[in-house]
This record gives sequence, structure tokens and C-alpha cells, in this order.
Amino acid sequence: MNIEQPYIDLYNQHKKAIEKNSSLVFNGAREKAFIHFKKLGFPTDKMEPYLYTNLRKAFEPDYGLNINALEIPINPYEVFHCSVPGLSAHLYFVVNDQFYSNLTQKSDLPKGVLIGSLKDYAKTHPELVEEYYAKIARTNQDGTVAFNTAFAEDGFFMYVPKGVIIEKPIQLINVMRADVDLLANSRNLIIIEEGAQAKVLLCEHTMDKVTFLCNRVTEVFVAKNAIYEHYKLENTHNKMTHIGSLFIEQQANSSVLVNEITLHNGLTRNNTHIALNGEYAETTICGMAIGDKTQHIDNYSLIEHNNANCKSTELFKYVLDDTARGVFSGKIFVAKDAQKTEAFQTNKNICMTKEARMHTKPQLEIYADDVKCSHGATVGQLDENALFYLRSRGIAEPEARMLLMFAFVDDVIGKITVPALQDNIRMLVEKRFRGELSKCIGCINCS
Amino acid sequence: MLEIKNLHANINGKEILKGINLLVKPGEVHAIMGPNGSGKSTLASVLTGNPAFEVTEGEVSFYGKNLLELLPEERACEGVFLSFQYPVEIPGVSMVNFMRTAVNQQRKYRGLEPMSASDFLKLMREKKEYVELDNKLANRSVNEGFSGGEKKRNEIFQMAMLEPRLSILDETDSGLDIDALRIVANGVNALKSAENSTLVITHYQRLLDYIVPDFVHVLYNGQIVKSAGKELALELEEKGYDWIKKEVGE
Ligand SMILES: Nc1ncnc2c1ncn2[C@@H]1O[C@H](COP(=O)(O)OP(=O)(O)OP(=O)(O)O)[C@@H](O)[C@H]1O
Ligand SMILES: [Mg+2]
Repeated sequence: MNIEQPYIDLYNQHKKAIEKNSSLVFNGAREKAFIHFKKLGFPTDKMEPYLYTNLRKAFEPDYGLNINALEIPINPYEVFHCSVPGLSAHLYFVVNDQFYSNLTQKSDLPKGVLIGSLKDYAKTHPELVEEYYAKIARTNQDGTVAFNTAFAEDGFFMYVPKGVIIEKPIQLINVMRADVDLLANSRNLIIIEEGAQAKVLLCEHTMDKVTFLCNRVTEVFVAKNAIYEHYKLENTHNKMTHIGSLFIEQQANSSVLVNEITLHNGLTRNNTHIALNGEYAETTICGMAIGDKTQHIDNYSLIEHNNANCKSTELFKYVLDDTARGVFSGKIFVAKDAQKTEAFQTNKNICMTKEARMHTKPQLEIYADDVKCSHGATVGQLDENALFYLRSRGIAEPEARMLLMFAFVDDVIGKITVPALQDNIRMLVEKRFRGELSKCIGCINCS
Repeated sequence: MLEIKNLHANINGKEILKGINLLVKPGEVHAIMGPNGSGKSTLASVLTGNPAFEVTEGEVSFYGKNLLELLPEERACEGVFLSFQYPVEIPGVSMVNFMRTAVNQQRKYRGLEPMSASDFLKLMREKKEYVELDNKLANRSVNEGFSGGEKKRNEIFQMAMLEPRLSILDETDSGLDIDALRIVANGVNALKSAENSTLVITHYQRLLDYIVPDFVHVLYNGQIVKSAGKELALELEEKGYDWIKKEVGE
């Protein structure tokens, strides 16, 4: 079946409406992306790097798309309390693919910082947005990115000017809310200028028991000496498909931390592309996934060492139960001139049942000669000796297993630099392992 | 009171214990000696319920309960404790969390409320002193990166925390320096009472100078082939095992 055709027809019929409900900057990238989409289509599980994840099926249902940007009748600030106890954060919402403007919210952001609707800022600050929009999200390589760029109308925008430090984390809650099956192409753009610092926490939630597909593209530009942290916490129901393509470009001496945590989901594919373009840039990308029943979690990462003396560290952990599927593929590319590169990659996995399955694949492409690179992957069960040791002290088997699973993912949680967030994630993970649905207040996890 | 009758056990289909008989009364200290590979650690594993071993014959009763029917954690809650010959490293599980969980799970088994955080920390502090366990160690993950001697000390610390009725010390002396040996032995002795019994598995008389046994048994080829008083340990130290092997006809 040609599942692309309905979307191609949709675009051709509604191009005017899409353009009208977006901005010139978006529209400028649209046509080329559409051509790329027609050429590439959605990825199949016959091609790299999608071998173990069939995304095409996720595009089959007859979704609604909110092309006319009809207002969603909720005020998330009132109905949604995804509060992290003790976490003091600047709070924002994107409902499906629309930024929710809260006119009553008082901003205590540092001077010069811009946060809000990407569509609106593309209208009020076209030069700024134009300079970055769709510049690193490659529409000619991945059909889902091209598809997003062809259809995207709005999303989240953040600009932190030179030297400005935002102390409190920015919490962006992405809520999926609809009465019918819905597809949302949302778009984020984050600009961290020279020497600036910011932390963003993205929470993914589903509010209704319909089938959702969220196809998101996020571009992040981290300039010289800037520090950026990007946390993603996914806690959605199992009729949700999430495709999250994250593109980060780093300049000299910048430092980035990405931590992607999947607590509960349906089908998830994270594409994380990091380009280390300036010397002495550092990046740490880590993540964990807890999957059971028929959940499917696929983390693909590409780290490009394009300049010398950069360092990347990668750590991903999966705990899979029932018939859950996990996929990890991490590609490290080291360019010819990227001497003194350090790149370390680790992927460790636990399969609790024979039916749970993990596919793990490191990939190194190294053209420089003076580099330190390592990678390692393991798939196993809980350590029987450790389990017996704990039980021999009087700890009941289920509790002992819990302790070991919890210990297994603890180093990923330990990478979180915000203490309140770390505590909260520990609590959610523990509840999840105990089989209590770790839902944050206000969202639905159906089973 | 521990009573072992005609105990046979296998691992991977190979018979290791070939009919063990042993009676340990409250307050008694029994030493078990024997050549490498004779089945001493296997006996300890079987008594504590290690699922890797299969009991094929025999009975073990502990204060009237059929021990072999109980899960490892239930045996622990009944008061059986093993100081492992090779303690396991468990990265990511902190000593504090491990001990708090163990203490509270055992209390729950006995129908007691969980211990308050402050009482628990007080208990930790008190028991650490028994074996002079470094604070640094208590703040780390279970046995992670501990030296051989530190691991053994940590075993005795856990024993002090859990106050078992039967302590099985499997070569707790190996890897300990002279001072540590004395500290650990003093720790064990301080926990001894008229109700608690101890099974000391060791190769050396040295430990038995501190922890004086009421009986010494020789385990050979899966059976107890000789039992006597504490003087047997001295004799073994002097003469080795050959004469015993001859006695049993090999
Ligand atoms: N997992 C296993 N698989 C196969 N054989 C085993 C296993 N564990 C132990 N054995 C065998 O069982 C026998 C008894 O081992 P055990 O560890 O009980 O000896 P031990 O008396 O404690 O020796 P040591 O003094 O060296 O500690 C040995 O021959 C050993 O090789
Ligand atoms: Mg042994």
C-alpha cells in the first residue's frame, strides 16, 4: 500500500491553509521538504537505520491533522499539573503541535531571553528565526523529517542571548489532546548563544485514549562556550507513536547533555544527531527505557566529530519485560581532521523474559588516526549471584529484583544535574518497576 | 538448633554432598575443615537455599522448621546467615539502602513495623564499630571496589546488623591481615550468645585461636569423615589431610 499518497494529496489540497496558518519562514522551507518527502517516503524496516522499527504502520491510520490550527479547548495550566515536587521551573505547554499562549503568565526570565510560539517569533523576529530554522534538520535524509518540515505550522521557540544564564530549568510539557486519532507535526527551535546556559525538560504526555502520532523535529544551536542540557521524559499511553528527531550543533568549547528517558510509551523512535563542529566541544548523551507488554523503544544516535579535541560519551540502558522490543543503534563518525577525538559508547540491557528482545548495534566510522574510541554492548538477565546475595539477607525475591533493576539504571538517572528532577525520576522509575503506573498527575496511561 | 540428616546435593547433575549428618545446638561453635573442593561452600549454599544447587535426599531442620522448604529470604528471616567466601559486588545498590531493606524485610517477617530512619542510622553507626568498618565503605555500593579484606569485614558488619541465630562463616579469615582477623573475630565473639550458634568454615587454626570451637569436623568428598574436639584442628595443621584420607580408605 502506498501510505504516502493520502498525505501527498492532503498537502496538495491544503497547501494554502497550511501556509496561511504558519509563517513565511516555515513556508520558505516547505516546498523543498515536500519534494524530499515524495522522493524518500516514510522509512521502511528494510533500510538503515530503521531495520528493527516499522514506522510505516504508524502512519497508516486515518488521522486527523489540525491543519487549520483550530484552537484546542483546554487550558493546560488549569487541567494539567505535571508538577515535579520541589522543582522550580519556567513552565510552558505545547498542545499537539500548537504552542499554548498563556497571556496571564508573568515572565521572570532574564533580560533578552525569548520563549514562546515558534510561529509567532517567526513573524515578529523573522531574521533571527530564518537564520536557524531547518538549517540542521536534514530533509533530504529522513522522510519523517521532510514530512514534518512540509507540514509543520508551529511549536516551541527559545532564544538565550550571549552570556545569559537561565538558572531555573525550562519545563516544556507536550500534551497530546484530541477526541479523534490525531497526527501532530510539531517543531522546536532552540538557540543558545555564546557563553549562555540553559536547561530544558521536555515532558511527553497523552490526555485521551485515542491513537496519537507525534512527529517532532527539534533543532538546537549551541554556540561557543555555551552549556545546554536537554532532558526528555516520556510517559505516554501505549497507543502513542512518538518520533522525536533532535538535531544539535555545537561550537567550540560548548558542552551538551542529552538525557532521554522512556518510562512508558507505545512506539518510540528517537533520532539524536549531534554535530561537534567546534574544537573542544563536549557532549554526553544518555538514556534509559523501561518497556513491557508490546512497547517498542528505538534510540538511534549519530555523533559527528567534525573537529579536533572533542569528546562524546554515550550511555543507554534498557529494561525489557514481556514481549517488549528495544533497539539501540549508535553511530560515531570521526572526520579526517578530528584528531584527539575521544568517543565512548556503552549500551547495556536486561531482558526479563525470553520473549523480550533487544537489538543493539554500534557503528564506528573513523577517518582520523589519533583517536580514542570504545564501544560496548551487553544483553543479559539480572545477575543471579547478586540476586541470591540480596535474598540471603532476607530480602524477598520481587524486592531484590526491584533493587537490582533500579541499580541497573541508576547511573543514567545520576547524570541528571537538577536534584529535584533526579529525585522525582527516581520515584517515578521505582513506581514503574513496582508495577504501579507511574503517571504524573493529570495524564492517562492506558494499558 | 540445626539438625542435618543424610543430606545429598547436586550441582549441574554432579553429586557434591553425599550424606552429611550434623547436629548444632544453641550456643555451640562448630568448625568445618577439609581439603579444597570437598564441599564446604556447597554445604553453606545448600543451607541458605542457593537455587543453583539441588537437594536430592535428606533433611534439614532448624528450630523445628523444615529449612529445605523455605525460600532463601525466609531462611534468612528465620535467622540463618552466611558470610560468603566470595561476597558479590552490586553496583548501584547502596550499602545503606541494602541494609535498610534487609532489616525492614526481616522485621516485616516477624510482624514488626519498619524501623524509623533515625533508629536505623543509629543502628548502622553502632554496628559499624563492631568491625571498625570505615564510613567511606558504608556510603558506597554493596562491595563495589572493596578490597578482599574489606569485603569480609562487610560480611561481619551485615551479620551484626541482622543478629542471626545461626551464622555460617565461609572462610571469613581468608584475605584478612592479622589485625583485621582479630577485629573480625572479636566482632563474631561479641555477637555470640547462649542461643546463637556458629559454623566456621576455615583452613587454618589461626582463626580458631580467636573463635574457639566446641567441635571440629572434617568434610571430605562430600561427607563428614571425622569429628572431634578443638584439638583436631591442631592435629590437621600439623599433619595435613593425608592420614584422614588413608583412614577412609583412599
Ligand atoms: N557451579 C558449579 N558447577 C560445577 N561444579 C561445581 C560448581 N560449584 C562447585 N562445584 C564443584 O563442587 C565441588 C565442591 O566445591 P565447594 O566450593 O563446595 O568446595 P570447598 O570445600 O568450599 O572448597 P574450597 O576450600 O576451595 O573453598 C568442587 O569440586 C567444585 O568444583
Ligand atoms: Mg569454599
